[in-house]
Amino acid sequence: MGKETVIPFGPQHPVLPEPIHLDLVLEDETVVEAIPSIGYIHRGLEKLVEKKDYQQYTYVAERICGICSFMHGMGYCMSIESIMGVQVPERAEFLRTIWAELSRIHSHMLWLGLLADALGFESLFMHSWRLREQILDIFEETTGGRVIFSVCDIGGVRRDIDSETLKKITSILDGFEKEYSEITKVFLNDSSVILRTQGLGVLSKQAAFELGAVGPMARASGIDIDMRKSGYAAYGKLKIEPILETAGDCYARTSVRIREVFQSIDLIRQCIAMIPEGEIKVKVSGNPNGEYFTRLEQPRGEVLYYVKANGTKFLDRVRVRTPTFANIPALLETLKGCQLADVPVLILTIDPCISCTER
Amino acid sequence: MSFFTMTKTLIKSIFHGPYTVQYPLEKKGSFPASRGRIEINIEDCIFCGLCARRCPSNAINVVKAESLWSINRLRCIQCSYCSEVCPKKCLKMNNIYTAPSFENVEDEYRNARVSDNKENNRNIAGAC
Amino acid sequence: MAQQTINTISPNELLAYALRLKNANYRLVAISSSNVENGIEMSYSFDSGNDFVNLRIIARPGDEIESISSIYSYSFLYENEIKELFGVNITGISPDYKDKLYRISVKTPFNAKEGDNNG
Repeated sequence: MGKETVIPFGPQHPVLPEPIHLDLVLEDETVVEAIPSIGYIHRGLEKLVEKKDYQQYTYVAERICGICSFMHGMGYCMSIESIMGVQVPERAEFLRTIWAELSRIHSHMLWLGLLADALGFESLFMHSWRLREQILDIFEETTGGRVIFSVCDIGGVRRDIDSETLKKITSILDGFEKEYSEITKVFLNDSSVILRTQGLGVLSKQAAFELGAVGPMARASGIDIDMRKSGYAAYGKLKIEPILETAGDCYARTSVRIREVFQSIDLIRQCIAMIPEGEIKVKVSGNPNGEYFTRLEQPRGEVLYYVKANGTKFLDRVRVRTPTFANIPALLETLKGCQLADVPVLILTIDPCISCTER
Repeated sequence: MSFFTMTKTLIKSIFHGPYTVQYPLEKKGSFPASRGRIEINIEDCIFCGLCARRCPSNAINVVKAESLWSINRLRCIQCSYCSEVCPKKCLKMNNIYTAPSFENVEDEYRNARVSDNKENNRNIAGAC
Repeated sequence: MAQQTINTISPNELLAYALRLKNANYRLVAISSSNVENGIEMSYSFDSGNDFVNLRIIARPGDEIESISSIYSYSFLYENEIKELFGVNITGISPDYKDKLYRISVKTPFNAKEGDNNG
């Protein structure tokens, strides 16, 4: 047993350009404990709800995070709609689902790129992000924005996708799928990736449950939890089966995310085949009064929106519990006992989104 | 476990050439639906101030007495909420990206309405 | 509007309820809080896959709320957060970050009106 050393990891660190700080207590090269401290980018967006009215806040909610931006807006809008009893038109539900699944693809591609980068596999990183570019182009063409769409609104969506463009999306996705499956072979079979991920940071099913893990982190450990099965938006009409792995290591988490991209492509195809004609938005008037908990599945896992309204145009409280926040205890557990050199990969493996976590 | 799994992709991209755009020489076009910047048709504006009140980032400023409409380009978040609420539909989001700038740009538009436009003047009273 | 189960309980029943839910294999989804008249309202959300339950307590100024981190170990992040942002006096959190989780300059910013030891 060696001497204990504390290494400060972050806020600037090699994993991703977002500030998180961990104090790593090491014995020789082995981590025995990790103590997080966050809050470097706490912007008080939840508090801002007292200054912006409930319709303006849609745009604030979208800006909580750049990657799951659409789903933040959607979660907020769904909460307000539930409180006000607004029935969203069916076409809008499908359009939301299409954008949400495209966001999932784009988020997972970003993550795969970052993983390759953390492993030091530069060309794989570049190719993952090259493929992601096609998805971003779809976003710009359909919503006008590449990252922040401002397309979800209370009562529906603000832009429609015509059938021509829907066909184009299908053909882009066909091409994407072909190129993507070539790249996945590298992630799943290449020795240099496997040696860095397999058997690393194992989280058993029991531990994942005990630590309240959500999203791909929990699914890689074999816990069947996927909020999309609760059937919000158009998910109730689609065939969806959560993707599970049992190993619970970094390799399993990579594999879950890789397969989820294929699942998302499939869901978008189902949506495009089933999407009905009709209105995309209903007019919403009056002010919300009541409270509601909305839960949906973001690329990183389950997110909870708690909205409390008091009958005026300013809300009392909006609270967002993001998936990264829920996954931090699981991360701290997996860090125990790992080597210092594996810390970047392990932190990345929960797909941390710090700006989500701190709002 | 296997080796050289990346080879196929790499060889393909050697023959394909760069996927990136050689930026200053070549520019990536925008789509018709892209969010660029807010344009105002100042002749139609009735200075009701609805856009300024609804703007989530307080980028728009309207002074009714001076018939002045101004927008802070760097504060604008391109949500196009103003163009949706505008009662005269004189605000429009076009697809030309805002040019990079060194300082905070405040674009001002002053009323250029012809004096005999009675109909517009009546609407000012009606809207506010 | 779909109805959601919200059980309002008194703060000293909290641990008993939480233990019952834990034994029924419920997972803690989140702890949310908001300002209400003379106090902070805290909602503990639990989920068991097909059921979603909320426990609600009101922390009056000066009340000591016992941490549920002995039952749900991962509640410590939520409790530290609420302690820092709202200033609710939650005792027995393990680990307790002692207001060092968030690097913010203002004390209890979400409860600024009343100051940090009022509730």
